[in-house]
Amino acid sequence: MKSAVITFPGSNCDRDMDVALRKFGFKNKMVWHDDAELPKSDLVVLPGGFSYGDYLRCGSMASKSKIMKSVTNFAASGGMVMGICNGFQILVETGLVPGVLLRNKYLEFICKNVFVKINNKQNTYFKDIKNDVLEFHIAHNEGNYFCTKDQLKEIEDNEQVAIDYCDNNGKIEEQFNPNGSIKNIAGIFNKKKNVLGMMPHPERMIDPALSGEDGSLFFNNLINNLK
Amino acid sequence: MKISVIITLKKDVLDPQGKVIHQTLDGMGFDDINEVRQGKYFEINTKENDPKKAKDKVEDMCKKLLANLVIENYKIIDAQ
Repeated sequence: MKSAVITFPGSNCDRDMDVALRKFGFKNKMVWHDDAELPKSDLVVLPGGFSYGDYLRCGSMASKSKIMKSVTNFAASGGMVMGICNGFQILVETGLVPGVLLRNKYLEFICKNVFVKINNKQNTYFKDIKNDVLEFHIAHNEGNYFCTKDQLKEIEDNEQVAIDYCDNNGKIEEQFNPNGSIKNIAGIFNKKKNVLGMMPHPERMIDPALSGEDGSLFFNNLINNLK
Repeated sequence: MKISVIITLKKDVLDPQGKVIHQTLDGMGFDDINEVRQGKYFEINTKENDPKKAKDKVEDMCKKLLANLVIENYKIIDAQ
């Protein structure tokens, strides 16, 4: 399986993502944001970081970069595109997934482990994954997911919510919502479920010595589903 | 020609920064404030000299980059 990780000026989780993808069997290529064409890929990842210093709005400048035209075409043809953290912010600014990410409700940068509940397993990202609850890491200042009432209805009608913030038992309540996101939403799909944007970092959970292994579960499952 | 744009958050969107500024002003003795909403201001100096054309172009910029219309409104305030 071939993957591509896009590096924007200010990306800082691109290398971590590269390490994670390789560890679970992807042949990964790093792609510069100013390139026009994606290499042939089964999965394209927009990594975390602070592209363009988060100027104007997080992800807004990166969404206009040259490679994003190619990424948008790839997604439109059914290609798998995953945006993590700043990558999620770039996806919403590009319009590949609905909504926006606002400043965290309590105005703090949040860096901690959280539990998320998988809301929808009818897709290549989460199909056949054993667990319902995963422990991932979040590190962001603008992860407060927001959308209009009409958008929320559409998202729910199309089962586009991918993961929700919850406790270790999968209970989804406001007290387990770290950043004020509408309905505890931590990640969403596009309508076709080939594009996934999420704030948590699965690539930070792939080594039992450093963190946890729920990211390993995620990547192992993902590559198996792509094969 | 110089054109100015003001970007504001839509009414239903939570503005935690505006809230904190409100609280701080309140604590400083400015206690008759109903609400504070924080926004953005841009000055765009363009080579276009036709005010109508310049305004149209800036409007296009607002829609495509300067504002995110899911959460923000824009107002082009003057062309001079």
